[in-house]
Amino acid sequence: MWNTVFPYLLSGISVGGQYALIAIGYTLVYGILRLINFAHGDVFMVAGIVMVYMAASGLPLWLCIILDLVATSIIGFAIERVAYKPLRTAPRMSIMISAIGVSYTLQNLVLYITGGLNQIYPKIPWISDSIKIGSATTKVVTVVTPILTILLVVALVLLINHTKVGMAMRAVSKDFETSQLMGININGVISVTFVIGSFLAGVGSVLYFTNYTTVIQTSGAMPGLKAFVAAVFGGIGSVPGAVIGAFIIGIAENIIKGLDIILFKAGLTSGPMGLAIFSDAFTFALLIIILAVKPTGLFGEKSIDKV
Amino acid sequence: MKKKLDLPHLITVLIIIAVYAGVFVMEQTMAPTSMIFTVLKKGATYALVAVSMNLLNGFTGIFSLGQAGFMLIGAYVFSIFTIPVDQRPIVYQYYNGGLIQFTMPFFLAMILGGLVAALFAFLIGLPVLRLKSDYLAIATLGFAEIIRTFFQWDKLGPITNGSNMLRLFPTFNDFNIRNANGEVVVYLSTLVPMIISGICIAIILLLINSTYGRAMRAIKDDEIAAEAMGIHLASHKQMAFCVSSFFAGVGGAMLAMYQTTVQAKSFTTAMTYEILLIVVIGGLGSVTGSVLASFLFVAASEWWLRFLDQKQYIGGHELPLMRNGFRLVVFSFIIMIVVLFFRQGIMGTKELPDLFRRKKTTEGGSAK
Repeated sequence: MWNTVFPYLLSGISVGGQYALIAIGYTLVYGILRLINFAHGDVFMVAGIVMVYMAASGLPLWLCIILDLVATSIIGFAIERVAYKPLRTAPRMSIMISAIGVSYTLQNLVLYITGGLNQIYPKIPWISDSIKIGSATTKVVTVVTPILTILLVVALVLLINHTKVGMAMRAVSKDFETSQLMGININGVISVTFVIGSFLAGVGSVLYFTNYTTVIQTSGAMPGLKAFVAAVFGGIGSVPGAVIGAFIIGIAENIIKGLDIILFKAGLTSGPMGLAIFSDAFTFALLIIILAVKPTGLFGEKSIDKV
Repeated sequence: MKKKLDLPHLITVLIIIAVYAGVFVMEQTMAPTSMIFTVLKKGATYALVAVSMNLLNGFTGIFSLGQAGFMLIGAYVFSIFTIPVDQRPIVYQYYNGGLIQFTMPFFLAMILGGLVAALFAFLIGLPVLRLKSDYLAIATLGFAEIIRTFFQWDKLGPITNGSNMLRLFPTFNDFNIRNANGEVVVYLSTLVPMIISGICIAIILLLINSTYGRAMRAIKDDEIAAEAMGIHLASHKQMAFCVSSFFAGVGGAMLAMYQTTVQAKSFTTAMTYEILLIVVIGGLGSVTGSVLASFLFVAASEWWLRFLDQKQYIGGHELPLMRNGFRLVVFSFIIMIVVLFFRQGIMGTKELPDLFRRKKTTEGGSAK
């Protein structure tokens, strides 16, 4: 039994870590702008594409990774400046529509550049290698992901709690107008938020695509939505919440992928049920349940504005 | 609605009649393969779906992203009940000809598609409509994804044909009247979809101009004030959601007829986004805008901007950038410009009769 479940659990933890890195971007932006950044999943995808093209240009891989992360951060920053900043005083629906527009634009741009073909993600030495843990054979990236995720999250929490920028971020997310009156450079803080979010999505993309090996213009949509669900599940605005939500979703999703085999081996079913396709649907079912039962999520603050 | 028909409304009615008459004449005289008919058919379908989405997002202020899911339900219900019984073994080849062994007239199947979509909307609405703007958006989007998964589930295969395609059901071409030899006597394959879509949109318009419609607009402007005025928020939102989903379902059935095949995997979030962008281009809160934008969007993407996808030469020089996918890039930028700088869209919240009213006072002012 354990031998059947273990490989799924392992890949669940790994995917969970990758979702966590994306989810942080959602949760930070939502905390400050009250905006679901629908384009965040596509920033993640663009990070993958940029990496493919950089590796093809022949630069050493370590440099590619660094440049990729820098490029992704710049893209996140630029999106905010171009598409969200002009709408700061507009109704919330307009900004959300703008975010959807950006998502559409990024996907179409990548479609145009790549010709709509699957791009092979470069093999990064060491983390692409196979490794045997207990009964499961997997890539090193599976083990690296959760560790790296935890390290980055700890660093981020320290940044938020113990630096001046972090204090400004907390202030802005508490009260936009008052913090502006207190002399906080709102636009600067928002830009920093987007840069951090995009940087982490970039790290997530390196780990994720090393695992899945191909990138296409729609690669970002599903992970993006799932990471958002993770952020809501953990309580939007809360970084640890998003991370825990992401791990739960990653694990649950992968267990469902293997549920047919697990149930069969446990003698509960006599044949395949085709349950694996519900791995995506489960995430959304979880979202609706949490929104109906506990809209603030696992660790969310009590929302004051009910209207 | 009890007021006398004034001049602007009269002009509007005349324009609409002229459009339909024009389509009828064109269909009889032009080659049926002409691009314009494709645009009109798909445009009519999209117009209905866009107007139904506008009813929610533009008039009631409910930011729903579940449209593709409801279209999927409509499309599936329609095709499941209209595939001729003797064709079922071909379509349901992996499921022994499927479970359902009877058919319905296309019209009933279409309405049933809408009703099933509305029923789903009712059930979904119970937990979801209590949520605030962006949570509601993501929850409805999630529901659309869940629905899509269920329709692809192997265990439901005898009904939905699993992840395989449904086909061989009646299409728009079956509206053409044929003589005994099978030759087409009267071409109606474009006019009928336009009439169906027109009737549905007219019903939505009636709803918008009724007491319910005014209540919906009040909810959009200010929920608290609307509630204080005695409007029951939950029931009005629920009604708008169900009505919108009903017509999205009918639109889905029309899309099935247009495409001639149905497959659950094509009803993605991207489809919802596309329709939302049409609504935004037309103007949130304008039925006329949604209709115009639908036809413009379809015409541009299927016809006018096609040349951007091919290599173009001017005087022997190849123009840069032009290749597959460029059309969509240009499109995206146009949409972003509209979203950022022309937030009112084509029509703002105006309707067709309003245009003539303004023209009368400002003497030939611009259409906007």
